[in-house]
Amino acid sequence: MKTADGVETYGGEAQPRLGFFTDTSVCIGCKACEVACKEWNLVPEDGLAWTGHSYDNTGELNANTWRHVAFVEQQAPDPIKRGKNDFRWLMESDVCKHCTHAGCLDVCPTGAIFRTEFGTVVIQDDVCNGCGYCITACPFGVITKRELGGDGGMHKCTLCYDRLQDGMEPACAKACPTDSIQFGPLDELVERARQRCGDLVEAGVSEARLYLADENDGIGGAGAFFLLLDEPEVYGLPPQPVVPTKNLRTIWGAAAVAAGALAVGVAAAFLGGDE
Amino acid sequence: MGTSFGRGGATTFQQDLANSDAILIMGSNMAENHPVGFQWVMEARLKGATVMHVDPRFTRTSAMANLHVPIRAGSDIAFLGGIVNYILENERWLDEYVKHFTNAPVIIDERFQDTEDLDGFFSGFDPDKRIYDTSTWHYAGMPVQETAGERAKGGTKGEQSGHGAQAGHLAHGEPPEEDETLQHPRCVFQLLKKHYRRYTPEMVSQICGCTKEQFLEVAEALCENSGRERTSAIVYSVGWTQHTVGVQYIRTAAIIQLLLGNIGRPGGGIMALRGHASIQGSTDLATLYNVLPGYLPMPHAEKDTDLASYLDNHAGTTGWWGHFDAYFISQLKSFWGANSNEDNDFCFDYLPKIDGDHSTYQTAMDMIDRKVRGFFLFGENPAVGSANSRLQRFGLASLDWLVVRDFVEIESASFWKDAPELETGELKTEEIGTEVFFVPAASHVEKDGSFTNTQRLVQWHFQALEPEGDCRSDLWFVYHLGRKIREKLAGSNDPRDRPILDLTWQYATSGPLEEPSADQVLREINGIGPDGKALGTYADLKPDGSTACGCWIYCGIYGDEENKAARKKPGGEQTWVASNWAWAWPLNRRILYNRASADSKGKPWSERKKYVWWDGRKKMWVGEDVPDFQEDKPPTFVPTDDARAEDAIAGDHPFILQADGRGWLFAAAGLMDGPLPTHYEPHESPFDNPLYSQRANPTRQLSPRAENPYNPAPSDAYPYVFSTYRLTEHHTAGGMSRTVPYLAELQPEFFCEVSPGLAKERGLEHGGWATIITSRTAIEARVLVTERMKPIVVDGRPVHQVGVPYHWGTRGLTKGDSGNDLFPVALDPNVHIQEVKAASCDIRPGRRPRGKALRELVESYPSTVEASA
Repeated sequence: MKTADGVETYGGEAQPRLGFFTDTSVCIGCKACEVACKEWNLVPEDGLAWTGHSYDNTGELNANTWRHVAFVEQQAPDPIKRGKNDFRWLMESDVCKHCTHAGCLDVCPTGAIFRTEFGTVVIQDDVCNGCGYCITACPFGVITKRELGGDGGMHKCTLCYDRLQDGMEPACAKACPTDSIQFGPLDELVERARQRCGDLVEAGVSEARLYLADENDGIGGAGAFFLLLDEPEVYGLPPQPVVPTKNLRTIWGAAAVAAGALAVGVAAAFLGGDE
Repeated sequence: MGTSFGRGGATTFQQDLANSDAILIMGSNMAENHPVGFQWVMEARLKGATVMHVDPRFTRTSAMANLHVPIRAGSDIAFLGGIVNYILENERWLDEYVKHFTNAPVIIDERFQDTEDLDGFFSGFDPDKRIYDTSTWHYAGMPVQETAGERAKGGTKGEQSGHGAQAGHLAHGEPPEEDETLQHPRCVFQLLKKHYRRYTPEMVSQICGCTKEQFLEVAEALCENSGRERTSAIVYSVGWTQHTVGVQYIRTAAIIQLLLGNIGRPGGGIMALRGHASIQGSTDLATLYNVLPGYLPMPHAEKDTDLASYLDNHAGTTGWWGHFDAYFISQLKSFWGANSNEDNDFCFDYLPKIDGDHSTYQTAMDMIDRKVRGFFLFGENPAVGSANSRLQRFGLASLDWLVVRDFVEIESASFWKDAPELETGELKTEEIGTEVFFVPAASHVEKDGSFTNTQRLVQWHFQALEPEGDCRSDLWFVYHLGRKIREKLAGSNDPRDRPILDLTWQYATSGPLEEPSADQVLREINGIGPDGKALGTYADLKPDGSTACGCWIYCGIYGDEENKAARKKPGGEQTWVASNWAWAWPLNRRILYNRASADSKGKPWSERKKYVWWDGRKKMWVGEDVPDFQEDKPPTFVPTDDARAEDAIAGDHPFILQADGRGWLFAAAGLMDGPLPTHYEPHESPFDNPLYSQRANPTRQLSPRAENPYNPAPSDAYPYVFSTYRLTEHHTAGGMSRTVPYLAELQPEFFCEVSPGLAKERGLEHGGWATIITSRTAIEARVLVTERMKPIVVDGRPVHQVGVPYHWGTRGLTKGDSGNDLFPVALDPNVHIQEVKAASCDIRPGRRPRGKALRELVESYPSTVEASA
């Protein structure tokens, strides 16, 4: 397979890129994805704090929460075409985006984070040294450190790498009763999502839109993308995410030029000093 | 359902909801409590169906619906009755269906008087006993008895057999007086029209608090999506059953579906969603005190003195209940095997007899009164899950001994050390004499067995692990307990020990734990013929003792010596009906009464809604499903006058368990509280009944006593309406979810839901605490202020509703007060189900008082121990 940087990897072992299409228009907020994920991946409990924020007591994605269902109560945009309700309760199951340009992978100094033969991004917890660079490199705030009672390492969704290797779909997609979480080859999912979004718009749900399905966006498109019914910010998602390492090459290039100029200057200064 | 159609099960299956053109979800929060089944509602919606949710709260179900209509809790019959009226006034019924398949043309006894005549009462009410003599509700010209539960004569309240397949039957064949033009003033159709005439859109709006337009949109969507080409389904759950008029809620839905021609057809039906796993199975197999397996009535000590009188009291003449004797005697044979024969009434005398109300709430009160001394509790947590759980705890604390079988030490096992009544000083640990035996249970993955799900589908599961430690399956516990009792009684000559010593109690055991064979038990339930081979159908059961069958409606599940519940052929490898996945009672029929999916002549109503039809060439019923009709009975069949049992049912009458083969718009027998559903207010309602001066159901079952006081109603002290309900994240009384970290963290604290308006009115702060008060007790909960709770304007007066999820108790990873502590015991007269979906309360900001001060607060509010009318 070809990486985002155009490098050929995996050779004959390369697989079609796999991912998630999360269609929030059919999410019923049951949180089966959260529980199935934790069961399969042995992710620890994440605290028993009641938030009072609608039915969301999970709060966010982090080392101990790899699927998070957001609940948004709102007066619906007017006019509501999908019914006469003046009120909406939006639900969205969020997850690691498995970016095409993955900042976390770019900055990982130990090589703990790697791209799998399925095109997904996975942290090897036995290699991770807990430095935390990946935390700041993720434009979505997906990764954190497993602190108390944990291994001090970074954790996030693996897109159930172990299950994929056995030809099974990820636990969350398997548990989703309404197929809000769809799993499969990314190109097929994108096609299906465009169709679904078009159908919804045609049916009058003009606010339906795809999020992170565009390979020209700031992360080069995601391996996990979404159909949303409102602006991404409403769900707590960044509207135009950009991988922080996007300009790395030009930055380093400029730095190299500057460093070279400096070196020449210093050398000149020394040489000049001899005079 | 049993009274209307003949069987007490959901008429359809959840997968079939995907074929609906409109789905009305009411009294149910399907997306939250049946999320897996809800996928077929979503599928219907994707195909363009109109999904409507009528519910006091805006829930995750409402979020998925095309339309949410908020109504006041406890006003559903007014809303549904309005739909009946809308159908009748606008001539929207399916005429051929109504004339041939329902009892609309039947003429009713001339003595019958309606609630419209008697201001909220039907004829036959006895104000002293608060029960009806139902004889004036009968078909004109002949006595109608009801099968499976002798109630026509007006039995004592609280001891009738309920829940299930009881339905009326005629002494002979067809009803004697009918008017096929539906014009006779005493025909069911005209009585229906008269009864619902005042349920106008304006009246619906006045009672329910929705707008007239919202109501009309629902009514029109149902009508538009019903008929030859289209079908609509109605989905309900415990939001309908848990009322003092709960059975009548469901009856109203049955009337709508019969008028619109939606029963027995794909995409139609009434989908009853049960409260949790295998509730359907536990009632099928008789966990209720008043029925034997298969909804055969439990004999009564005085009325059913021997086999002959029992059969005489309960057996039907026409319809499939005409073989009642075969079902019952085969059951006695399965209980007592070779010891049971014609000479000893097949051991009829060995059966326990009932002599009054022994339902769950009565039993709790009998514990307090020391009439019940010992108690087995299997998989239930009444100290949290039952209405007035305070009363339950007082009951448990009055026992001599208590055996609790559960996964964890639930509140019903630990009350002696952590009940809230210890804090108030009402109970003292050292004074509680109950010896509690906690016996840990194996989970479903640690044993073989079956679940009967909400659509009558019996699905087998196989053991994956050995249970840990002392955990054992319920089957293991019951079998070995019986075995040990029999060993202790061995050699006894005392006649009272014979019923136990003569039982068939020989089951193969295996493994280190000596686990009995669940497969063998299933085969025993299925039954065997004279050759000892498993039977294939209940039609082969005989009343002569040559067949044995544990539960007639399950007969066939082990046909051809195959455990058909264990069939696991994937859906993708068979038709959409998936008849080869597991097995549904009866006889693997997935849509009941499916003969009605063809018109009176046996032709499909439309190509689009084709399901089961008469094949004139093959001379049999064919189609997608097992026909729910005699396979070779032509649609033109007319029974002879002396015909009996199924032979008395005409070819155009699909409801083969009913004595007249018809769906009952008018329940001429079988119900305690009226032949037609009538709007009554909940027992504790802040409102009067706008329709009648009779406020609440006059036959509702009340138990006023010190531990069970009632809020005076109406009362200014309790101005708000509250409901309890469940959240997706938790399981019923919480024993299986508050203890599981992955679930407890999703809803980690007890909260109540209030509207911004109520929060302002009472000074409640979002995220703060509230104290909710009734005459039973006061509890505290965190406050979730949400626009999803909307104040409702009823009769020009705004009323706020408080939402109370009921999962919490004193134990587990997340603890909290129990919502059910707030409720009284006020029951439906037919099935003793508690009214916990609508009651009145007060709410204040802040935490509740502790210790004795809690009782002082409660006692500062008004209460009554009178049984008000």
